[in-house]
Amino acid sequence: MDRYDLIIIGGGPAGLAAAISAKEQGVTNLLILERDQELGGILNQCIHNGFGLHTFKEELTGPEYAQRFIDRAAELEVPYKLQTMVLDISEDGGEKTVTAMNRKDGLLVLKTKAVILAMGCRERPRGALNIPGYRPAGIYTAGTAQRLVNMEGYMPGREVVILGSGDIGLIMARRMTLEGAKVKVVAELMPYSGGLQRNIVQCLEDFHIPLKLSHTVVDIQGKERVTGVTLAEVDENRKPIPGTEEFYSCDTLLLSCGLIPENELSAKMGIKLSRVTSGAVVNESLETSVEGVFACGNVLHVHDLVDYVSEEAKRAGSHAAEYIHNWKEEAIKETWELEVEPQNGIRYTVPQTIRPEHMEEKLTLRFRVGAVYKDRYISVYCGSKRIFHKKKKKMAPGEMEQVTLQKSDLTAAPGLDKIIMKLEEA
Amino acid sequence: MYDVVVIGAGVTGSAVARELSAYQLKTLVLEREEDVCCGTSKANSAIVHAGFDAEPGSWKARMNVEGNLRIRQLSEKLDFPYKQNGSLVLCFEEEGIGKLEELKERGEKNGVEGLEIITGERIWEMEPNLSRQVKAMLYAPTGGIVCPFKMTIALAENANVNGVEFVFDTCVENIEKTAEGYRIETEKGSYETHCVVNAAGVYADVFNNMVSKRKLSITPRKGEYCLMDKKAGTFVSHTVFQLPTAMGKGVLITPTVHGNLLAGPTAEDMEDREGVQTTASGIAKLSQQAKKSAENVPLSMVITSFAGLRATEKGGDFVLGEPEDAKGFYNAAGIESPGLSSAPAIGVYLAKQISEQLGAEKKTDFVSTRKDIPCVSEASPEEIRRLIEEDPAYGNVICRCETVTEGEIVNAIRRPLGARSLDGVKRRTRAGMGRCQSGFCAPRTMEILARELKKSPLELTKTGGKSRLLTEV
Repeated sequence: MDRYDLIIIGGGPAGLAAAISAKEQGVTNLLILERDQELGGILNQCIHNGFGLHTFKEELTGPEYAQRFIDRAAELEVPYKLQTMVLDISEDGGEKTVTAMNRKDGLLVLKTKAVILAMGCRERPRGALNIPGYRPAGIYTAGTAQRLVNMEGYMPGREVVILGSGDIGLIMARRMTLEGAKVKVVAELMPYSGGLQRNIVQCLEDFHIPLKLSHTVVDIQGKERVTGVTLAEVDENRKPIPGTEEFYSCDTLLLSCGLIPENELSAKMGIKLSRVTSGAVVNESLETSVEGVFACGNVLHVHDLVDYVSEEAKRAGSHAAEYIHNWKEEAIKETWELEVEPQNGIRYTVPQTIRPEHMEEKLTLRFRVGAVYKDRYISVYCGSKRIFHKKKKKMAPGEMEQVTLQKSDLTAAPGLDKIIMKLEEA
Repeated sequence: MYDVVVIGAGVTGSAVARELSAYQLKTLVLEREEDVCCGTSKANSAIVHAGFDAEPGSWKARMNVEGNLRIRQLSEKLDFPYKQNGSLVLCFEEEGIGKLEELKERGEKNGVEGLEIITGERIWEMEPNLSRQVKAMLYAPTGGIVCPFKMTIALAENANVNGVEFVFDTCVENIEKTAEGYRIETEKGSYETHCVVNAAGVYADVFNNMVSKRKLSITPRKGEYCLMDKKAGTFVSHTVFQLPTAMGKGVLITPTVHGNLLAGPTAEDMEDREGVQTTASGIAKLSQQAKKSAENVPLSMVITSFAGLRATEKGGDFVLGEPEDAKGFYNAAGIESPGLSSAPAIGVYLAKQISEQLGAEKKTDFVSTRKDIPCVSEASPEEIRRLIEEDPAYGNVICRCETVTEGEIVNAIRRPLGARSLDGVKRRTRAGMGRCQSGFCAPRTMEILARELKKSPLELTKTGGKSRLLTEV
């Protein structure tokens, strides 16, 4: 049986950055398991530019961004297996067993000290949205359509309606238009878009594609292939308002209605998941509730910028390295751990818990807000003491925010069981 | 000249064809869709009813109870998923307990074994998630769940291996009596036959009425369903019905044989025989009714919703056998619930009548068993190793949600009556049936379909006809 120090599940942007970081920290016996035919993950189908502004201070396409990491991993001789599907992860006495499968090796049962979860996320399908109507051909999630157009070279349709204004939906509105399709409208259930502002401008406004906020699809027509969809306006409870129905003839409906971290393996392993993020609950070291299992990237929480994924994954890699270097040296000891409690407009934070003694001098907490807010302060309280206070002109659910905490602020309040993070009126 | 032409390759037509294939008969199945199991057979509760529901002496009662036994045996012979999970009928009012007693008596008259009325805490010991409003329930241990796709496909495939021809994408337009039997006219030519089996689902009345003065009248009754994630699959372990009240028949909640949770159906009479759209009002109604059985039914975990049409005949019972004025024309009409449960019994019953009429002998070389596509997600490590050794494609996972491999998809395409569309692959292998609903695997399954069928991806369909998946650039 093969033994490893670290197995990274997923060779997309998170898995690559985590592996590189761990290798740079001296973990040599490691392995990336990737289910697709090449490294790079979903970036391979994101052929638009705009990646890497934070990481490389330049605008790259998705494949270019991925290639930088693939090249670095090759330089470091990070081993990987492609077209390899992980079927199970389990843990026994600290050691983890990863069961995987591929054409060449058959069934693999691998032992490892640490695991980094970097499986990414999936799109919410039509069925989960309960959109009424027929079930014809021509209904795709935006990401599936992106793969068909950008990687396989096929057009899923000619006349398109898009439901949901997540980033992939916005990007695909532009992409389908550039490929000669007519994108008639983008409908969004919420009164605000779930995508980045820059994508609304560059992908819709620049192409005169209307965005209908507070609208949803109430019927899908067409028994064999989509022939049209009916949109309706929704009220404040997101219920369609009778009389507002409007029919759009089209042959394609693309869905961009949310991404869900793919944590089936994590759940099966008994890792504690957050009901808000659908990702693992992690501490300051990005370690899950199972010791030695770390998580990063979209499997942890859905990011809007890959730069943040890379940064987070780098931290996961170095914490995993630290764990491996200290393997079995010290028994699990009771450590002071505090919870970060999101309140008043803040939906969640990652990490959700902090062990002040383990944290570095500074720690970045990422979070999302639950609605659109203007001129609010982001505040963090350590007991009655405010340790962070910063004004933001605008915050929206589609844009991930961050705060940086100082270790000294937390260690100054020993024994505290939680810190509170909230939005406050200006 | 055929001995028998079966119209319709749903579960009933396929069951009849399979039983006919045991005799020395030249048999043809005509199907208007591109595959078997494309109508009512693909969109129903996937239940093997115990048989307590139907009026004693009715076709429904006889065929259901016998079919229940036959499905158990067939599932082993033909290798399709079946589980005897037992069913429950809930009663929410003290006054209803008398009705449960009636149901029990009726079941016993029908020959259903092991029926028992359960009250008190045993209710929640058996099903902890049931509503505290439940006053009593009828337990039928012989109730079961089955995969309707795999059952229909297994029957059809076995018929085909035993010499029955299948012609797809062919719609029957007219049936005429001839000196020797019948002439069946289709859009693609006509077929001469001694006998006809009318297993045409919601269109069975149309064909009966072409040859008989004993007119039938079928109203399609729509049922909408919600299918939930496998994470919700253990919410109940039995099939949970509701005792019909003045307010309606109620909906069921059941685990599926593949481990999902299913809730439905609604009941709405339709004019459109193709009207399988789901509706906001239908889904709302079914969710409200399902909550009556179990307040916490996890409808937020729905992965897809669908609707099917039951072929409800005005007489209220199945219509089986020859009308007096149409010798050699065998009806299997009005096959609504419990049609899936009854299909194997209907198959045996009609095949016997037809073989007697035609004086056909049993075959000596009848192949009575068949093996399904290997299922990697359910295989042991040793089996997986062996499969991959024999064919490395069994190591290449295509559908990540259901762990379906390239080997299974290729097998589904290459076997007799193999898959030719995305849904054909889905019904045979479950690729695309999981929580992402084919988001990830559709492009890869399309690639395999195109390669295996030697077609351009542009020609591929979701489910035959004009359901093209891609458009020309």
